[in-house]
Amino acid sequence: MSKAVLMQGNEAAVEGAIAAGMRFFAGYPITPSTEIAEQSAVRLPQVGGKFIQMEDELASIAAVLGASAAGLKAMTATSGPGFSLMQENLGYGMMAEIPCVVVDVQRAGPSTGLATSPAQGDYMQARWGTHGDHPVIALSPSSVLETYTLIIRAFNLAEKYRTPVLFLMDEIVGHMREGVELPRPSDLIINQRKMSFHDGANKQCYYVPEGQYVPAMKPFGHGERYNITGNAHDESGFPTNSSEIAGKLVTRLLDKVEKNTGDIVRVEEYAMDDAETAIVCFGGTARAVMDAVLEARAAGKRVGMFRPVTVWPFPAGQLRARLPQLKRLLMVEHNHGQMLLEVQRAVGREKPVDFLGRVDGTVISPRDILDKLNEMEENGYAQ
Amino acid sequence: MPSDLVHLYMRIDHLPQIWCPGCGNGVIMRDVAVAIHELIEDPALNFNREDFVVVSGIGCSSRAAGYLDFNSIHTTHGRAIAFATGIKFANPKLHVIVLTGDGDCSAIGGNHLIHAARRNMGLTVIAFNNNIYGMTGGQYSPTTPNGDRATTAPYGNVDRPFDIANLAWGAGASFSARGDVYHVRETIDIIKQAILHKGFSFVDVYSVCPTYYGRKNKKGDAVDMLKWQRDNLIPTARYYSMPEGERKGKKRIGILAYNDYPEYTEEYAKVIEACRKTGGEGEEARE
Repeated sequence: MSKAVLMQGNEAAVEGAIAAGMRFFAGYPITPSTEIAEQSAVRLPQVGGKFIQMEDELASIAAVLGASAAGLKAMTATSGPGFSLMQENLGYGMMAEIPCVVVDVQRAGPSTGLATSPAQGDYMQARWGTHGDHPVIALSPSSVLETYTLIIRAFNLAEKYRTPVLFLMDEIVGHMREGVELPRPSDLIINQRKMSFHDGANKQCYYVPEGQYVPAMKPFGHGERYNITGNAHDESGFPTNSSEIAGKLVTRLLDKVEKNTGDIVRVEEYAMDDAETAIVCFGGTARAVMDAVLEARAAGKRVGMFRPVTVWPFPAGQLRARLPQLKRLLMVEHNHGQMLLEVQRAVGREKPVDFLGRVDGTVISPRDILDKLNEMEENGYAQ
Repeated sequence: MPSDLVHLYMRIDHLPQIWCPGCGNGVIMRDVAVAIHELIEDPALNFNREDFVVVSGIGCSSRAAGYLDFNSIHTTHGRAIAFATGIKFANPKLHVIVLTGDGDCSAIGGNHLIHAARRNMGLTVIAFNNNIYGMTGGQYSPTTPNGDRATTAPYGNVDRPFDIANLAWGAGASFSARGDVYHVRETIDIIKQAILHKGFSFVDVYSVCPTYYGRKNKKGDAVDMLKWQRDNLIPTARYYSMPEGERKGKKRIGILAYNDYPEYTEEYAKVIEACRKTGGEGEEARE
């Protein structure tokens, strides 16, 4: 470990991204993500990278995809309204298989909402925001240090699976300042893009060998001419109207995430070994949940925290593995019940699932959670 | 048999193209191929075919990117210029050419056009301007003249049109020009100069759409529409030699605006250099 520094979550996102190899950022100012653009503007030219402020979020994500196609690791950052604007091109990135990282520092919505207030209302949008069936990988950090390390993982997954990876922060983590000891660069694992097409006879740019899911990527300007499109396309990268080829393509895109959940999905479990009550949460909400777990434990309650770090795909298998020991679950999130739907889907009718949420732009406190636990107890944990 | 040019620069497997008989888009696509060919063949220049990237959006025009045998990317509606900005900035040695349409670059993508013009990054944007949305079957576009008909202007277009070359000029483009599909040689030369231009360059090429725009507005067939271009779109030298009274109702083709403003990627390279010189800390400095 190197020496401790005081760092803001948004700043950690930039430092982590640069450590991961980010050399291109295109963005548009929006609270509470703006510091990510500001810090990128300062830091990127220092490491030979490029920063550009675009005319809007539509252009930002487009420029990021273009830069990635030209060979640079690229990122943009925004919040809810801008994230809405980016949805069409996010789907383009998934269809054309162009890696990048898109940070959404969530704020209270809908619409302009409460621009400076925390929320986690973009959870379902992250999964279903762009049209059509598509693969989604989304990660969500709960501390400044984790923002640094997890965004490196976001870049690694983007490169490995050739897809945009969503980095779902929230205002709590984005604007939080903490003392952190960053890992040494030599201790980091960084995936580099394979700069050539698959070896062998088949030089088609979207050729995927049997049993694999991801075509190799060669950036523009490296000697081989090829075509990229958002249309349904064959292995050559050209549009097709063949239902067979289109169906195979979309299935492969979905499979490359769904068949690799073991590699992609990570959770954090805290005091879960003997827990009878699991509090499920993600992102900045975990801070209050941790406190509440400690206090509940001090009062003799067997409570633990189950936190998806990979929020999409949802870690249903890991949660189900805990069900035999659990008597009940409590979902705590800064929205009206979004991850709750995934928890209910995973748990089914096996155990009762209760819910605590907020949509007023204020943070859920440890007290709120403890009160909820007491209320559940008083009600006899009725479903 | 396809010509040598087609063999050299087009993806034969993907021909014939989908454009309607009489469409002007094939002429513009050929103009682009000839312009690039002449630049590559010029021994005084150092143009490498692999350094060309053709970027398009959505619409009739945007099919051209797939037919041309270069690095090519067919993007989303209106966003081609924004994708191209990322490509060029990431790798400034690339010659990035955007093929777009009147709807793609001045309606849904209008914001990207004016900001790219202002920013002056070295992109070349070529608009296939046919005064209509062809791909969706003939709706009025930002360049459909006032009073003309379209499927969404059944009683005549109430909107007033853009002159896109003037729009780009007004937005600060360091190179803005106008061409058409009748004056082929002149238009090829304009496209060559646009590609050679260091900063942002825009060429508004007037195409013809006999199938939708022409038919709806009783403009005759493709030949009649080309004759209209011959009589009303006048190359620069001749335009200025005409008596002023004769210029009325006619438009000049040629270069409208030319400036040597600093190019964006070169200016940013100076920022990177300055950061390094003044000891802006690099990655290692953090340890």
